[in-house]
Amino acid sequence: MPLKTAAIIKKQGDEMIEIRSLSKSYGKLKVLKGIDLDVAPSEVVVIIGASGSGKSTLLRCINFLEKAQKGTITIEGKTVTHKSKNLHLIRKEVGMVFQHFNLFPHMTVMNNVIEGLIQVKKMSREEALELGRAMLEKVGMSDKADVYPAMISGGQKQRVAIARALAMNPKIMLFDEPTSALDPELVGEVLHVMKDLAVEGMTMVVVTHEMGFAREVADRVIYMDEGQIVEQGTPEEVFDNPQNERTQAFLSHII
Amino acid sequence: MTLDRFLDYFQTFIPAAWMTLRITFFGILFGVLLGIIFALFRISKYKFLTWPAKLYIGVIRGTPLLLQLMLIYFGLVNIVMIDRIPSAIIALGIHNGAYIAEIFRGAIQSIDRGQKEAGISLGMTGFQVMKRIILPQAFKRAIPPLSNQFIIALKDSSLASAVGVKELLLHSRQLASSNYLMMEMLSIAAIYYLVMTSILTFFSNRIEKKLRVSDHRA
Repeated sequence: MPLKTAAIIKKQGDEMIEIRSLSKSYGKLKVLKGIDLDVAPSEVVVIIGASGSGKSTLLRCINFLEKAQKGTITIEGKTVTHKSKNLHLIRKEVGMVFQHFNLFPHMTVMNNVIEGLIQVKKMSREEALELGRAMLEKVGMSDKADVYPAMISGGQKQRVAIARALAMNPKIMLFDEPTSALDPELVGEVLHVMKDLAVEGMTMVVVTHEMGFAREVADRVIYMDEGQIVEQGTPEEVFDNPQNERTQAFLSHII
Repeated sequence: MTLDRFLDYFQTFIPAAWMTLRITFFGILFGVLLGIIFALFRISKYKFLTWPAKLYIGVIRGTPLLLQLMLIYFGLVNIVMIDRIPSAIIALGIHNGAYIAEIFRGAIQSIDRGQKEAGISLGMTGFQVMKRIILPQAFKRAIPPLSNQFIIALKDSSLASAVGVKELLLHSRQLASSNYLMMEMLSIAAIYYLVMTSILTFFSNRIEKKLRVSDHRA
């Protein structure tokens, strides 16, 4: 059973993210072949697939870290392209968590969290610190506020990275294999934080290999292969009764 | 040579050593300035910036400092008269600027791509990311090669003797031509150079250590 009962029933046009025929290639290699994807507010979408299937690229396109050659991305009714002005203001609404954390090594944990607040949201240091403390509290990292990232574990780093993204009060959170670089015993603490976020109603798109997490938290699971969405549905539909043989093959390999 | 006489000679080098320090200091200052500017030009996405940067770095690294120095002091004489000392400073600055530009470029490009991505994902502008995220980390990485370059600049300042700047090497040669103690005078100059380069090394090690704070692991 999904944790949330948030209705996936939605009216046309009130999606948080609308992606239409998104295509991207690196030279001759087609990575995304016309992706269509809608994400409703508060929906948790988990994307699974083998490496090279284009799932990370799709996620990075939503945040314009990668430039798609074709197609449109609409975030909260605003269609955005790479040429849009103030792309950085749009990115502010979309939080991103990376596989390798990408914390700023020359800043303390707290300064990592408040950097965006001060530079982008132009908050005063006092205000930012207050919010920063609340965010670190949320991910259980209050006691490490003044240490540098090199001194904490991978799981702790990822929790700080989540706090850093959350501090910006984003409408959407993107997770790009957030636990893939972690030692197995550290995966739980990160998934726990993500689960809390999902329960609070955050709109999330998660690329992961954690099938347990997908089954428990996702409203919708998407299976991608060779740059296309091959199959999607509730976790039960995709995991217990996959229709496409490629999905079946993939799942039989990993479960 | 008695110790007394040695010390007498040794003392007369002080103004020359001061001159060496001055042209080196201002040469490096100028060089760092040029280096930062041209490093940023070099990594820019605009061709009209990368192209001049490549040309500058290529020409300066491909020709000898002594030639550059003479070109500025003797060669430009019909266009603009530049005095000996400013000529030396300009030549040292332009010469080291090319190497320092490459040092900064390497340091900037060595910063993991994920750092930039994390910055822009927070909504920071490209300029903010460069200033707040990339450059602070790049400067730290640039310190060992930079201090190496500063030591080279200090020693290269001896070439200014060729245009008559009275720095350590010229002073020792002038003294030796009157007292015929070439070995001794050159050795004294060598001692001055060694002391100055050692002090430079000492401080660069200190700075390196201090900046390593954020790298300490638990």
